[in-house]
Amino acid sequence: MHAPSFSTRPRVLAAFAVPALALALAACGSQAADPATTPSSSGEPVAGGELTFAIGNDPISLNPSGTGSGNDTWYVTRQLVDSLLWQDPADGTLHPWLATGWTANADATSFTFTLRDDVTFSDGTPLTAQSVKSTFDDAIAAGALSQAAPLLAGYDQSVAVDEHTVEVRFSRPNAAFPQAASSVTLGILGEATFAVPFADRASGEAVVASGPFVLDHYAKDVETVLTAREDYAWGPDGRENTGAAHLEGVTFQVLPEAGVRTGSLTSEQVDVAGGIAPSDVPGVRDAGLGLVTRANPGIVFGLSFNGASTLGADPAVREAVSLAIDRDVVRDTALTEDFAVATSVLSHTTPGAVDLSEDITTDADAAVEVLEDAGWAREGDGLFAKDGAPLELEVVWISNFGPNQTSLELIQQQLKDVGIGVNLWSGTVPEFTERLKAGQFDAAWGNLSRADGDVLRTQYSSAATNYYRVDDPELEALLQEQLTVADPAARTEVVAQVQERLLATHAQVPVHELTTVVGTLTDVHGVELGADSRLDQLTSAWLDR
Amino acid sequence: MTRYLAVRVAQALGVLWAAYTVSFLVLFALPGDPVSALVGGDSSDVTPEQLDAVRAEYGFDRPLPAQYVHRLGQVLTGDLGRSVATGRPVTELLGEAVGPTVQIAAAGLLVALVVGGGLAVGAHATRHRVLAGLLLALPPLGVAVPSFWFGLALVQLFSFTFPLFPAVGQKGPASLVLPALTLALPTGAVVAQVLSASLRRTLREPFVDTAWAKGAGPTRVHLGHVLRNAALPALTMTGLVVGGLLSGAVVTETVFSRAGLGRLTATSVGAQDLPVVQGIVLLAAVVFVAVNLVVDLVHPVLDPRLPTTARRAARVPAPDRPAELLSAAPAGA
Repeated sequence: MHAPSFSTRPRVLAAFAVPALALALAACGSQAADPATTPSSSGEPVAGGELTFAIGNDPISLNPSGTGSGNDTWYVTRQLVDSLLWQDPADGTLHPWLATGWTANADATSFTFTLRDDVTFSDGTPLTAQSVKSTFDDAIAAGALSQAAPLLAGYDQSVAVDEHTVEVRFSRPNAAFPQAASSVTLGILGEATFAVPFADRASGEAVVASGPFVLDHYAKDVETVLTAREDYAWGPDGRENTGAAHLEGVTFQVLPEAGVRTGSLTSEQVDVAGGIAPSDVPGVRDAGLGLVTRANPGIVFGLSFNGASTLGADPAVREAVSLAIDRDVVRDTALTEDFAVATSVLSHTTPGAVDLSEDITTDADAAVEVLEDAGWAREGDGLFAKDGAPLELEVVWISNFGPNQTSLELIQQQLKDVGIGVNLWSGTVPEFTERLKAGQFDAAWGNLSRADGDVLRTQYSSAATNYYRVDDPELEALLQEQLTVADPAARTEVVAQVQERLLATHAQVPVHELTTVVGTLTDVHGVELGADSRLDQLTSAWLDR
Repeated sequence: MTRYLAVRVAQALGVLWAAYTVSFLVLFALPGDPVSALVGGDSSDVTPEQLDAVRAEYGFDRPLPAQYVHRLGQVLTGDLGRSVATGRPVTELLGEAVGPTVQIAAAGLLVALVVGGGLAVGAHATRHRVLAGLLLALPPLGVAVPSFWFGLALVQLFSFTFPLFPAVGQKGPASLVLPALTLALPTGAVVAQVLSASLRRTLREPFVDTAWAKGAGPTRVHLGHVLRNAALPALTMTGLVVGGLLSGAVVTETVFSRAGLGRLTATSVGAQDLPVVQGIVLLAAVVFVAVNLVVDLVHPVLDPRLPTTARRAARVPAPDRPAELLSAAPAGA
């Protein structure tokens, strides 16, 4: 495709030359430990060139609030659509983007955004307060079809105060809304979009937005080709390049096989590959290619107990499980150095995450003691039992992350060593969801990414989906309270209490963080992951060839 | 002949109806539904009322028999419904996917017939015993090797290590080579095995001795006499392997990152996109039925001695029967 350019670039020095990158490094320890492999911006960006970016799944829907393939879809739509605010990956704070500023009322039921007056959509129409109102109204009208509906929980209405001021009102507190407003899902669309029914927008042809790239064409299961908008000049304040992209265009190519994605990268058939499997990371590193890594914000991988099952409702069982799991061994065996052992139920990149690692300990003897104190006794087979019922947990999981099976088999062994039996069950996503719905499990293995502590409410509140049936009024009160506190600092306090409560009750036993890994050729620079650990705008990316 | 054709078409329609009905029952018996899959297991704060509204929009809220009758009625008018995941008409999605799959299927079938057939003929024509044994050992190996592994091995070798062919995509004939080889492996192996067994039997027929005695050269004996008589079971087999090509496309298109029916099947099953999956089942059934109908009709053309009533019999218990018939009055001898 092109000549490789390994060799003499002073990458280590360059890594510290650019403030934005230094911030990014500070945000993620694993990167800081290995700066040579980050695609540093060496020198002045070069304009021009087309970038080929391999993704694992077809985007399915280029409608920003439609249901697509998750990360891979958002990698693409982030390039097409701008949001009201931008979340800084360095510290999780929110910064102006399409909105120059915003205010919230005290109980977090009303948010007023002042909009930039120089933004135009790709069809030439200007961004106005009405655009914001129409976007949110449209998402609500689409109901469950729109992924924006959960983010707009309690939405009452939007009011265009003047041409460039919009007030978004909720019928109940939603302090998580400003962060949600920074997501692709709540990206602002032009009026022409809404002339086409929601269900007919998946191909992206009808989507009119203000992003730095516009859709050239989309071929299902093959590629999505974007071209840069030359007049783009309203990137987020916090980013290095707020203007038009250096690249002329980007092709997102669908390569479903992880091994083929990695091979295509190492053989230089693509420039960037997303979703590098943990087992492929050492190979990419050894080949001297760039790795952009960032721990995903949100709930870490771990076991969430079913509060309605006999075993899941037993605090001694939950505590013993937490004590019996050796997280370092799981990380060292199933994963790579790029993955961090959990320090809380939230990963360290989540705004408001607190380091509770001192409370997350491994002590097999203590685990046994906890069970014995609670009246459990060992049977002949070495497993604990009480009243004739064996201590055997039904643990359900899905293979949405490659190493899950290895992690769980290790945990199964570690638990067995202290006398806790584990039955592992896995199935398709719909089967898994049905089991969660029906409560047919003692504990479920999984994670959930979102760059806001409210993610804990969506999973553990009895008023939300309530798969885990956690019966804890104190926790419930805290989960609801964090939604009512508009002041970010005060809200962080409440989110900290939520984490402490979840950890103290062992409703969730955290194990390891998820890390997003993107591989790049050495002449690709400025590919960055956002606060949500998904691809940020590619305006900063450039090719040195 | 007209009556025969009418019966066969009626049977084909019966098969299509059965395929549609069975797939309908199986898909609806699965846990979950397309709407839950669409909204996703992770999302919360979506009320049951909102979910029900979407179900109603797609008609998934109605009782099963009513849904069945309604959808079957639509199918009869050529309307396969709309994809739940993308909102696009199923016929449109199928139309887009057919082309790329036909490309690799046709290329794969060609390679399978040439290589598989050549291997069988070569093994029986050679006087070199070791070579013959080696050639005859290949088809069982080809059947045993998982095509997923074979495809990845091809990519690794001929694209990542030696950049001869592109690993992904569908631009230009070069991108067709590796997928066609992957798809041809199991198919070619089956063709080679069936043809080989048939050749072995045919070679023992008296008319072969006659041909040699009359002074025919090896080429004429093997290709003009033996192959022509031995090809019938392999032809029948080819009708069956077309189905194998369709299912092989799922693996091949995934490994080689190509769009097509295989990928559409994989993603639609994953998303429980029922209308699309049913559309694919119907299309596959149509192709299968049509190919086998054609094979049936071609049989008497290749072998005029086959009586109409024996056509069906000749199809199924493959290798034995044609040979018996042929021994009575060998064609071309």
